[in-house]
Amino acid sequence: MPLLTRESGWTVEAMAMKQVSASDRAQPLVVERNPPGLWRLAGQRFLRHRAGVIAAISLLFVIGLVVLGPVFLVTRDAAFRPDPLIINEPPTWEHWFGTDQVGRDIFARIIYGGQISLAIGLLSMIVSTAVGTVLGSVSGYFGGITDTIIMRLTDAMLSIPGVFLIIALAVFLGSTIQTIILAIGLLNWMGITRIIRALFLSLKEREFVLAARCLGVQNVRIMWGHILPNAIAPVVVAATLIVGEAILIETAISYLGLGIQPPTPSWGNMLRNAQDLIWSAPWLAIFPGTMIFITILCINFMGDALRDALDPHMRL
Amino acid sequence: MARYILRRLLISMPVLLAITVITFFLLRASGDPMAVYASNPSVTAEDLLRLEKTYGFDRPLYVQYLYWLRNIVTGDWGQSFLTHQDVFDMILERLPNTLILMGTAFILTLIISISLGLYTATHQYSIGDYLVTAFSFFGYSMPAFWFGLMLIIIFAVKFKEFGLPALPAAGMFPIRGEPSFIELIRHLILPVTVLSLASIARYSRYLRSSLLEVLNQDYIRTAKAKGLATRIVVWKHAFKNAIIPLITLVMLDIPFLFSGALITEQVFAWPGMGRMYWEHAVWIDYPVLMGILVLISIMVVACNLIADISYAFVDPRIRLDS
Repeated sequence: MPLLTRESGWTVEAMAMKQVSASDRAQPLVVERNPPGLWRLAGQRFLRHRAGVIAAISLLFVIGLVVLGPVFLVTRDAAFRPDPLIINEPPTWEHWFGTDQVGRDIFARIIYGGQISLAIGLLSMIVSTAVGTVLGSVSGYFGGITDTIIMRLTDAMLSIPGVFLIIALAVFLGSTIQTIILAIGLLNWMGITRIIRALFLSLKEREFVLAARCLGVQNVRIMWGHILPNAIAPVVVAATLIVGEAILIETAISYLGLGIQPPTPSWGNMLRNAQDLIWSAPWLAIFPGTMIFITILCINFMGDALRDALDPHMRL
Repeated sequence: MARYILRRLLISMPVLLAITVITFFLLRASGDPMAVYASNPSVTAEDLLRLEKTYGFDRPLYVQYLYWLRNIVTGDWGQSFLTHQDVFDMILERLPNTLILMGTAFILTLIISISLGLYTATHQYSIGDYLVTAFSFFGYSMPAFWFGLMLIIIFAVKFKEFGLPALPAAGMFPIRGEPSFIELIRHLILPVTVLSLASIARYSRYLRSSLLEVLNQDYIRTAKAKGLATRIVVWKHAFKNAIIPLITLVMLDIPFLFSGALITEQVFAWPGMGRMYWEHAVWIDYPVLMGILVLISIMVVACNLIADISYAFVDPRIRLDS
C-alpha cells in the first residue's frame, strides 16, 4: 500500500458515509478459522500503515522529550530565570534554539511549555469524550424528546464559533490551566456526541440488545456494558483527532494572550512576544511553532492510520 | 418551494434561540458584567449598586435574558461599557472588513479546493495526487497563527532584506498614502492565504474521496460505455453528486471560518470584527461581546438556511414536502 494513500476522507462524517457505502457493496466471503480479534487485527493494520507508524514513533519521541527533558537535558533555571547577559541570542551550541527577550533558553521553555500544551490537549480531550459519550449514548438510546433536545443543543453548539466563546470564558473565569482545559473540553464534544448517537441508533436494534433486555438487564447496564464496547472504535479515532484540535485551540488562544499566562510557558504564549521581535529575532517564532506543527501533524497521521486500522469494512 | 423554505426557516428559529440561551447564560454565569466598573478605584460600592440597578443586573437571570432578547429583537443592542458607543453601530463599522477578508478567502478556497479535488480524483495515484495529499496533511496540521508568522518572516521581513517586492504584514491600507484597491489586494494576500489553507486542505481531500466514490458507481460506467467524453462524465454526471456532501461540510464549517478570521485578524492587525471582539474581551465589555456573538450566530444560521435551500436546487432527490 503506497504511502499516504487512502480513499477515506478527513472528517468523521466522511467516515460514517464510507462505512455505509462500503457495507452496501458485496464483499467476497472469507471464512477463517479462529479469526483474530478486532484489536489484534487493528494492530496489524496499523503497523502496515507506514506513515502512521512513523507518526506514532515521532509522537512518542516528542512526549519523551517533554517528559524526560527536565531530567536529562535542561534545568528549570534555564527555562524560568531571566539572564540579562544573553538576551535574544540566535541559536548556538549552548542554546540550541536561541534565547528569548529576557534571556531564557528557548529549548528549555519548549520542553516545559510542551508539558503544559500536551497536558491540556489530552485532558480536554478526556472532558470532551466523556461529555460526548454520555450525551450521545443517552440521545441515541432513549430517542424521543430527550434525543430532540440533545441534538438541538448539539446543533446550537456547532453554530457558535468556539474560539469566541473560549476567549470569553478565559477572560471571565481567569486563564488558569483548569479553566482552559474545561473551556476547550466543554466546547468540543459535539463530534463525539454525533458519532456515538448514530452508532447507538443502529446498535440498539440488534439482537444482542434485545437478548439483554429480555434477561432484564437495566438500561444503564445495556448502554455501558453491552452497546458502548461495540461503539468504541470510531470514538478512539475521533478522540485522537480531538487531542490535535485541542492543542491547536490552546496554542491559538495562548498566542492571543488569553490562554496560559506567562511566566508559565506554553507553545502558544511563547509565540506571543515573538511577533514583536520578528524583524530582529525570528528564531523566537520558528521553533515553538515547529513543535506545534510536528505534534499536530503526527496526531493527524496517527488518527488517520487508526481510522484505517479500526474500520472493519476496509480491507488491505 | 416556498413552503419548503418557510419550513426550514421555522426549524432554524429554535436553533437560533438555543444559541442565544447558551451564549447568554454561559457568559452571564461565568463573568461579572460589572467587572469593568468594579476595577475602577473611583467607583464606590453605592455607585456599583446604582449601576447594577440601571442595567438591571440585580434581577433574576431569566428576566434579564428576556429583556435582553427583547432589546436585541427591537434593534437596541446596548452601548459599549468602554467607549459608550452604540454596539450595533460599532459592529456595523467593523463587519465589512471581516466580510471582505472572509469572503475573499471563502471564494478562493472553493475555487482552489474544487479544482484540486477534481484533479486528484481523476488522476488517482499520480504524482500530483500524492503532492496534493501531502500538502493537505500539512495544511490541515498547520497552526494558522504560526503559518501567518512564518509568511510575515518570509514575505515581509526577508523579502525586504533581499530587496524583493515585500508584502505588507499588517492592516488593510498603508498608514500613509491613499487607500486604493491595489493596496487592499496587496494587504489581503497574506491573511487570505492563512485563512484559506486549512479549508483548502480539508475540502480538496473531501471532494476527492466523495468523487472517487461516485466515479465507482454503475451509472458512471454506463455513461462512459455510451462513449461520452471523460470531461462530460466527470462534470455532468459525477461532480453534481459529489458536491452535495461538500456543501454540508462547508456549511458546518462557517463558525470555524469565523474563529479562523479572529485569529488571522489578530496576526495581521486586520481591523475586523474578530479583532474588535478580542480587544473588548480583554476589558470584559459585555454588550459588545454579546452583540458580536449574536450577530455571528444569526449569520451562521442564515448560511445554514441558504445551504439547505441550495441543496434542494442541486439535488432534486430531496423531497420538498416531507
